Amino acid sequence: MKLRDVKDILDAEVIVGEESLDQEVKTAFGADLMSDVLAFAKSGSMLLTGLTNTQVVRTANVLDIAAIILVRGKKPSTETVALARELKIPILTTKYILFETAGRLYTKGIVGCLQKVDNTSGRN
Amino acid sequence: MIIPVAETNQNLYCGSFTIEGGNFNSAGIVSTSIKSILKKLGIPGDIVRKAAIVSYEAEINVVSYAKKADVTLTVDPEKVCIEVMDEGPGIPNIELAMQEGWSTADQRIREMGFGAGMGLCNIKNYSDLFDITSEVGKGTHLKMTIHKP
Repeated sequence: MKLRDVKDILDAEVIVGEESLDQEVKTAFGADLMSDVLAFAKSGSMLLTGLTNTQVVRTANVLDIAAIILVRGKKPSTETVALARELKIPILTTKYILFETAGRLYTKGIVGCLQKVDNTSGRN
Repeated sequence: MIIPVAETNQNLYCGSFTIEGGNFNSAGIVSTSIKSILKKLGIPGDIVRKAAIVSYEAEINVVSYAKKADVTLTVDPEKVCIEVMDEGPGIPNIELAMQEGWSTADQRIREMGFGAGMGLCNIKNYSDLFDITSEVGKGTHLKMTIHKP
């Protein structure tokens, strides 16, 4: 689906990247721990998170994340918005909680960027 | 056949950066630069991604714990190498620090979305070769090597 569809499904507000709404997205990863995002998320996925500081954008940039979806109605700081503009990473914010956000996207065909981790230590 | 030395020992890139400890707002600037340099050099995407991840986690560690660090990025035809040499408290027990989940992080670090004791594990997992040495009271030296395909 397109990022525009994600916006509609989640009744989301586009904070950065109105011009990127035609971008195709297929997968997502959700976490508030950026080390977990770095360990597991895949390029081109959406990042669903409740963290709003600049490190979310830095993490998304490192991994070539397609878009950041802030959940639980979180609003990013001014620095976060400025950095996302500079690095051209879309940010959307939705009032749905993480579980609902993931569930609503999943039922419309978005899948996890991975299903399970490979071993017991949680590494992939 | 004579192969010119310049071609056999060619360094495609060599550069250095400084990370300032304690400056939480700047965390990620160096790894963002490293990523963009590697991209411009035409390094394959998965190698760029690994290099960006390891340098970013290392940068978070420096900002969180050290006074400052010098970072060098070297690219040659076979590999990408990132070295991070910090001036800081050092790590008393490296084996313990390498254990996933072990952390001495404070609230500020956790608020950034880090400090869960995964940084060094992530660095090790995304590097093909990882070397860590540390001296208490002086600093820590990380060397991460990622082989090109």
